[in-house]
Amino acid sequence: MKQVIRAALIAVTAAICASGAQAQSPTLAQVKNRGILHCGSGTGLAGFGIPDQQGNWSGMDVDVCRAVASAIFNDPAKVKFIPLSAKDRFTSLQSGEVDLLSRTTTWTISRDTALGLNFAGVNYYDGQGFMVRKKLGVDSVLKLAGASICTQQGTTTELNLADYFRSNKIKYEVVAFASNQETVKAYEAGRCDAFTTDASGLYAERLTLSNPDDHMVLPEIISKEPLGPVVRHGDDVWLDIVKWSLFAMINAEELGVTKANADEMLKSDNPEVKRFVGTEGKFGEPMGLTNDWAYRIVKHVGNYGESFERNVGSGSLLKIARGQNALWTKGGLQYAPPIR
Amino acid sequence: MSTTSAEIKPGKASLLYDPKIRGYVYQFALLAVVGFLIWSAASNAIENLRAQKIASGFGFWHNAAGFDVNQKLIPFSASGSTYGQAFWVGLLNTLLVASIGIVLSTFLGFFVGVARLSSNWIVSKLAMIYVEVIRNLPLLLQLFFWYNAVLKPLPNPRQSIELPAGFLLNNRGLYVPDPQFGPGGNLIIWALLIGLVATFVFRFWARKQQAATGKQYPIGLVAFGLIIVLPLLVYFATGRPITFVYPELAGFNLRGGIQIFPEFVALLVGLTTYTAGFIAEVVRAGILAVSKGQTEAANALGLRAGPTLKLVVIPQAMRVIIPPLTSNYLNLTKNSSLAVAIGYPDLVQVFTGTVLNQTGQAVEVVAITMAVYLTISLVTSFFMNIYNKRMALVER
Repeated sequence: MKQVIRAALIAVTAAICASGAQAQSPTLAQVKNRGILHCGSGTGLAGFGIPDQQGNWSGMDVDVCRAVASAIFNDPAKVKFIPLSAKDRFTSLQSGEVDLLSRTTTWTISRDTALGLNFAGVNYYDGQGFMVRKKLGVDSVLKLAGASICTQQGTTTELNLADYFRSNKIKYEVVAFASNQETVKAYEAGRCDAFTTDASGLYAERLTLSNPDDHMVLPEIISKEPLGPVVRHGDDVWLDIVKWSLFAMINAEELGVTKANADEMLKSDNPEVKRFVGTEGKFGEPMGLTNDWAYRIVKHVGNYGESFERNVGSGSLLKIARGQNALWTKGGLQYAPPIR
Repeated sequence: MSTTSAEIKPGKASLLYDPKIRGYVYQFALLAVVGFLIWSAASNAIENLRAQKIASGFGFWHNAAGFDVNQKLIPFSASGSTYGQAFWVGLLNTLLVASIGIVLSTFLGFFVGVARLSSNWIVSKLAMIYVEVIRNLPLLLQLFFWYNAVLKPLPNPRQSIELPAGFLLNNRGLYVPDPQFGPGGNLIIWALLIGLVATFVFRFWARKQQAATGKQYPIGLVAFGLIIVLPLLVYFATGRPITFVYPELAGFNLRGGIQIFPEFVALLVGLTTYTAGFIAEVVRAGILAVSKGQTEAANALGLRAGPTLKLVVIPQAMRVIIPPLTSNYLNLTKNSSLAVAIGYPDLVQVFTGTVLNQTGQAVEVVAITMAVYLTISLVTSFFMNIYNKRMALVER
């Protein structure tokens, strides 16, 4: 009799626990099972995702993956970065080789719908620009008539380029390469007059050239390139996890929660901060996470502003201004829905 | 109660024990299993694509492409062309580099293969070094080498190297004057065609005469007259109707003329030299397979070294050479897909690269690409097999 009661008690507890974690994400279950997050990253772009000599990855896009890993495992190191070229990235995500794609990927309607993908927000507002040699004596994209232009294939860049030159009725010759490295190498070897990619990428690549001062970025920005992390269709809870990991970083900056003061903030009386760090409310559970998920992210990775300054801003070689990527409260576009 | 065994007809074995029937049953069962596996893989893929709401089907073929390609043999532009046209652009570029590569690598391979058997020590050692170096380095590395070797030393368009006959060379490629045919220009092409056909007929006739009477005719001289002199005569007779548009500097690049892209040159040189290394060994093996007695017999008949090689050794060696030669042709065609690394717009770069990425329809695009390579390979094999049959030993 005693045994029966005990068995019944166990069954009831198990049922309660299960209902507490009502949301079941197959991707999350798989990641937890594996013990490591598989993150599709670029093949090496300074400021966004690049490994150092010890093989430690850093960058804006890398931080998104680390944030997700921190929320799940409370350990930002539990990420395996899988370098993907622009043309392989979507196939890799669709086929399940990576759990999450975070590599300067532009949010477009066709990718969001026909490719079977979901974008989980924007971690960098970018636009397409052009780099030329200074001695070419060109100060505008419109003066590039007849020029050879190097670009990476399988990108929105390739399409914008065609659109822009077509609508301005300028003739040009495109030379498309599979990898970013080959594209830059060909530009440097003189195969092309101009190199085009996202403006942030131009600043990063310019520093890798042998004489960065011989090259300049033209003023025109010819497109909108909202870059963000991407997941597959079919797992809404996983989309929520990735989306809110990014939102947590942006909200943290707005709330003034930083890597340094995260522990202090656990004692804060501010209700907004209390909800954020998980001392009030149960916002992690519906996603299958712990309630201090956002605290974990800031504790390990820092807030959005910290990530920006460290990787592409004043704390980096790139020295990119916040510009459009400032918080909405400071005249920028970065705006995250509230945690409540 | 009687048993039902009476139904078995006496004198005829049960179908179960008929080896022929049993063979059919096994074959059918195997076919059914293979068919089921293919069907389940396909339906599984379709199901998964639908579950993730990924677009499928071949509707993308007629959608606007929206990107540009630099080297195109058919008209193609971002504004009006479709993904289907992009496929043809890529396919033609693949066929162009593969066919020229096959011809050049055959010549180079035969040359090196024969050189390796030369009695001249330097010539044979040079051929050996060539073969060993080229054969033992990965093709991708060689392509990178050629691309950078072609590109790096060349000047920018403003300092183009001027070559004879209006050719210009810079790091955007080789610019060749573009011939324009004026009135009467077509006659020259006709003259050339007639010259080619007439040469062929004459050669056939001369061979027949030689077989019947033993008398030799100067085939080379007649060919020169018909193919080169005849069109030249027509050219002057019609008042020199061919004019050339010469490339000249306009803005950043040269305008006018035919541009041969450095990516194409690098790929062609890489594929040709690499495949020639293998063909050289095939040729050497073929020649060594011909018994020494054949050469000695030819010498005994008074044939000199040249005719001995051409008339006695090579025809017999061809029987050994053709089958592995076919494999090398197929390899060259398939290896051309490495073009993607150096930015040459071949089928894989344009279609399996850009089109796949813009449409996201990996299954369809990869299936089409595989079907295309399979078709090219099977067609090449088919013709090489016909040639092989013609060259094979005819037994009486």
